[in-house]
Amino acid sequence: MKILKSAKGFWTSIVLAVVFGIVMQFLITGEIINFFYVNTLYFIGINIILAASLHLIIGITGQFSIGHAGFLAVGAYASAIITMKLELPFSLGLLAGGLAAAVAGLIIGIPSLRLKGDYLAIATLGFGEIVRIVFLNIDYVGGASGMSVTQLTTWPWLFGSILLTVIVIRNFTNSTHGRACISVRENEIAADAMGINTTYYKVIAFVIGSFFAGVAGALYAHNFFIIQPTNFGFLKSFDILIFVVLGGLGSLSGAVLSAILLTIISTFLQSYPEVRMIIYSLVLIIMMIYRPQGLLGTRELTTFFKFGKSAKGGVHNDSKDTVA
Amino acid sequence: MEFVQQLVNGVSLGSIYALIALGYTMVYGIVKLINFAHGDVFMIGAFIGFYSITFLHLNFFLALIISMVFCAIFGVLIERIAYKPLRNATRIAALITAIGVSLLIEYGVIYFRGAQPEAYPSGLVPIKAIEILGVKISGQSLLILGISLSLMVLLQFIVHKTKIGKAMRAVSHDMDAAKLMGINVNNTISATFAIGSALAGAAGVIFGMYYTKIEPLMGIIPGLKAFVAAVLGGIGIIPGAMVGGLLLGVIESLVSALGFSLWRDGVAFVVLILILIFRPSGLFGKNVREKV
Repeated sequence: MKILKSAKGFWTSIVLAVVFGIVMQFLITGEIINFFYVNTLYFIGINIILAASLHLIIGITGQFSIGHAGFLAVGAYASAIITMKLELPFSLGLLAGGLAAAVAGLIIGIPSLRLKGDYLAIATLGFGEIVRIVFLNIDYVGGASGMSVTQLTTWPWLFGSILLTVIVIRNFTNSTHGRACISVRENEIAADAMGINTTYYKVIAFVIGSFFAGVAGALYAHNFFIIQPTNFGFLKSFDILIFVVLGGLGSLSGAVLSAILLTIISTFLQSYPEVRMIIYSLVLIIMMIYRPQGLLGTRELTTFFKFGKSAKGGVHNDSKDTVA
Repeated sequence: MEFVQQLVNGVSLGSIYALIALGYTMVYGIVKLINFAHGDVFMIGAFIGFYSITFLHLNFFLALIISMVFCAIFGVLIERIAYKPLRNATRIAALITAIGVSLLIEYGVIYFRGAQPEAYPSGLVPIKAIEILGVKISGQSLLILGISLSLMVLLQFIVHKTKIGKAMRAVSHDMDAAKLMGINVNNTISATFAIGSALAGAAGVIFGMYYTKIEPLMGIIPGLKAFVAAVLGGIGIIPGAMVGGLLLGVIESLVSALGFSLWRDGVAFVVLILILIFRPSGLFGKNVREKV
C-alpha cells in the first residue's frame, strides 16, 4: 500500500512537471516571455542539473568533491567536438558529453575515492585544474581562445535533461544502492563493517554524478557561442558547491531550490561581479557558522508525506569525524 | 650549466612555496583544517609590502617586517571571527567556511582597490649576482633563499625551544589532554595562525620582488601549490613542508626547462594526485589506521 501511494505521488509529480514543460514551451515559442527571461531560464535549468548531480556525490554519498567544473568542462568539450568538428546531431553530442564525463569520473573516481574528506576535496580540486590546463593546451579545441559553438540548446532538450536527472537521482537515492550510499555518508567505517562495498558505491555515485554534470556541460556549451577553459575554473566548481551547501547537504529539493534562487540572484547582480562574490562568500560563512546543515538540512520538500527517519534529518551534525 | 641554473631558480621559487606551506602545515597540524584563506593572506602580505615601499618609502626589510606583523594580526582575526565558532563543527563545514573566507578576502580587495595588477619596484636590495663555475646566480635568488632559510630556522627555534612552541606541539598531539594540562588552547591556536600568517606575509613580499607583479587573485595558485607541497612532505610535519616546498619548486623549474612551461601549473596537481594515491601520508608521514 505504501509503495503504491508513493508511486502514485511519483507519477503525479511527473505528469505535473511535463505539463509545466509543455506550457513553458508554448510561452517560449509564442514569444510571450522575452529573451532575457528565457536565457535566465536556461541558466537555471543547467544549474539545476549541476546542483542535482553534485548533490548525489556530496549530499548523498558524503564525498566532498570540489572539482565539479572539471566534469562540466569534459562534457562541454566532448559534445562540442561531436557537433562542431564531427557535425553529428545535438542528441548525440548530449549523450557523448555525459558519457565522456562519466568515463572521466570513473578514471578519477577509482583512485581518488580511496581518499577521505579534505584529501579528496583537494584531489578533486587538483583534477578540476588539470582538466582546465589540458584543454588550455590542446590546439584542436582552440586552446586559450576557446572553441566556437552554435546555439543548439532548446527548451525540450533542457527540460528533458532536468527531468531525467531529477528522476534518476531521486530513484537512485531511494533504491538499495542509494541507501548504501547514505550509509557511507553517515559512517564509512561502520558501513564497511556491515559488509557494504564502500568503494563500489562511492564510485557508482561519482560516475552518475559526473555523467549528469557532463550532460549539463553539453547544454552549457551549446547555450553559448564560445567555450573557453577559463569558464571552467575553480570559481565555477565553487558556484555549484554553493547550490548544494545552501540548499542543505543531503536534500535534493534543497539543491534544486537554491540553484533556482541563486541563479536568479546572480543574474540580477551580473553587472556587479565583485559584490556578487562578496555576498556569496558572506552567505557561505554565516550559513556555516549559524546553520551548517543548509536551508533544508537533509529534508526534502515532500517530507510531510513520510514519517520516517529521513524526516528528522540533521544526522550530519552529530558525526563530526566521519562525515566529509 | 643551464640545468644547474634552473635548479637554483627552482630552489628559490621552492623556498617561497615552503614558507607558505609552513603555515598550512602548522594550522592543519593543530586544528585539522585546510586554511584555504592562507593563499590570500599571502596576497595581502604582498600588497602591504608594496604599499609600504611605494607610499611610505620604507626600505625592503622594514616593509617585510611590517607585512609580517600585519599578516599575523590578520591571520588571528580570521581565526577568531570565522574558524573559532566552527571548532566543533564538521570538517566539511570548516572547509566550506575556509573557501568562503578566501573568496571574501579576494573579492573584498578587488572591491576596495580594483582588480588591476601592480608592478613591484625593482632593485630594492642591491646584491650583485655571483658566478660559481660558470653558473650565474642572481642576487635576488640568494636573498630569497637567505630570508626563507632564516625564517625557517627561526620557526624551528620557536617550535622546539620556546614555551609557546611546546604548547603548540602539545595541542597538535591531543587538544583535550592539552586543555586538561592547563594549556590555553585558544591562545595557542591563535599563536599558530599568527606565526603561519606572518610567514605567508613574508612569502608575499619576496614573491612580489621575484615576479615583480602582484594582483588580488595572485594567492590562489601559489596557495594551492603550497598546499601540495605540504601534502608532499606529510601534512602537519614542519620539516616535511620545507622539503616539499623546495622539491615542488625544483620539479616545476625542471618542467619549464624541458619546454613544457604551459603545463607547469598542471604538474603540481599531478604530483599531488600521485602522492595522494601512492603515499597519502606524505614523504615524512607515518600511516595511521582509523578506527570506528
